[in-house]
Amino acid sequence: MIIDTANHIAALAAKMAKPAVIAAYPITPQTTIVEKLAQYVENGELNAQYIRVESEHSAMAACIGAAATGVRTFTATSSHGLLLMHEMVHWAALARLPIVMVNVNRAIGPGWNIWSDSNDSMGQRDTGWIQIYASSNQEVYDSIIQAYKIAEHSDVMLPVMVAYDGFILSHTSMPVDVPEQSKIDEFLPEFKSLWKLDIENPITHGNIIMPSDYMDVRYSMNEAMKKAKKVIEEVGEEYGKKFGRSYGLIEEYMTEDADYVIIATAAIAAEAKEAVKKLREKGKKAGLARLRVFRPMPYELLKYDKMIVIDRAVSVGLGGVLYNELRWMGDVYGFIAGLGGKDVSYTDIMRMYELAEKGKEGWYGIEVK
Amino acid sequence: MLKEIVFHGRGGQGAVTAANILASAALKDGHKDVQAFPFFGAERRGAPVRAFARISDEEINLRSQIKEADIVVVLDTGLLSVVDVAAGIKEDGLILINTNMPPSHFNFPCKVATVDATSIAIEQNLLVSGIPVVNTPMVGALAKFLGISIEAVKEAIKERWRGEAGEKNAKGAEIAYNMVKT
Repeated sequence: MIIDTANHIAALAAKMAKPAVIAAYPITPQTTIVEKLAQYVENGELNAQYIRVESEHSAMAACIGAAATGVRTFTATSSHGLLLMHEMVHWAALARLPIVMVNVNRAIGPGWNIWSDSNDSMGQRDTGWIQIYASSNQEVYDSIIQAYKIAEHSDVMLPVMVAYDGFILSHTSMPVDVPEQSKIDEFLPEFKSLWKLDIENPITHGNIIMPSDYMDVRYSMNEAMKKAKKVIEEVGEEYGKKFGRSYGLIEEYMTEDADYVIIATAAIAAEAKEAVKKLREKGKKAGLARLRVFRPMPYELLKYDKMIVIDRAVSVGLGGVLYNELRWMGDVYGFIAGLGGKDVSYTDIMRMYELAEKGKEGWYGIEVK
Repeated sequence: MLKEIVFHGRGGQGAVTAANILASAALKDGHKDVQAFPFFGAERRGAPVRAFARISDEEINLRSQIKEADIVVVLDTGLLSVVDVAAGIKEDGLILINTNMPPSHFNFPCKVATVDATSIAIEQNLLVSGIPVVNTPMVGALAKFLGISIEAVKEAIKERWRGEAGEKNAKGAEIAYNMVKT
């Protein structure tokens, strides 16, 4: 068991996955990930090509180029960095390259704000990236290792983003169990790409595609995303058998007899577990479904009569991102909370629960208190 | 039992490091879960900073800020005139201050403990660029009130700094552990 910040743990997980190429640009609060990786490369602990780039757009472009030659790649970013990368984020997914990226969730400015907010990564929801949201440092480690296995699966071949809250996780030290390198190597053998750019056997890649065929490309991506649900569950189960910690698309807590089930991601979902415990002590039948995977959206698992969705992201002009993705499913109450790192404690979540019981919803702390 | 600790220090004094060493020592001493985290604002060297630690015998699901601390640690008495360190402390909480004054000198609505970490650092030649290192002695003193063994603290310190630096910091922590007054 070691104790370290989520960022250092992310760097360690990336190192242990043995990427051949890392290309990244530092940005708060992601910086300490790339600093640590640069150190690993510098001191010889990691045999990778570390490409220092002039922007996040180039970081992803470099990962795309490298991944197309059939090697494992890694990058990490946050907020404006991810937004600057956006064009290449689409590109990576459309090219079906199994790149793994960490996004440390941070608000978008102005007003300038370095604290947690999911609008950066949730704004990438239509790009074709699998998105995993971690709630603890242990899960950051475990998810990065699993991310490669998921991304590189022949049924999937899509990039994976592992996201977690800036500062709340990124700079918080927690205990983490780190398996031996040999066990990680067994779980995650060397990447054997189904295809690659090779000067000995030249092919073109990313060429023009006519209207008659473009839809088929998109369709196959969507099918791969659907198949990814099963793959994510299988990989999470295999990981559990090997390392004692299993993962799925969602994590349910006291949902069986719940009157209302809270749906949340990342740090708020961890805090919500405490809220559920406290609500139960008060005699309220609360439950929690922590959404670990946001893309592909495992809506078929969220079969609850009444749901309370807590969003740390907003689609301006529509409302909470997650809420609007789930509201068609029935009796759903949505709260927007914690934007720009505003503290969300279990007492706040308990309050949201009580507001929902009264049929209220909205911007927590502003519209409803 | 969850224990929540807030450290008040100045940028460069090692409040964040203190929180991390405490968390590491608590884990070594058999507690099940720990957290250590800073509050990130516009910190600079010398500016007031805060760091936080949680220690529990159960899984910690909390990801929010600490609002009610069991123990508040003050690394620099100069902060007492600019920061309300007693705000958000539990009624049965404790404020642990780095000072050469006795606890009776302070008027807080809770228990007070004091230890002269600055003098300990100077006597032990525990200095960085001539500035006394007070964070490790303060963790030593703090351990006493959390029931954490000084051995675990020393081990956590020596793991962080190898060789002479580790030995000196561990010594400073042990002296503070034995000297703290309530």
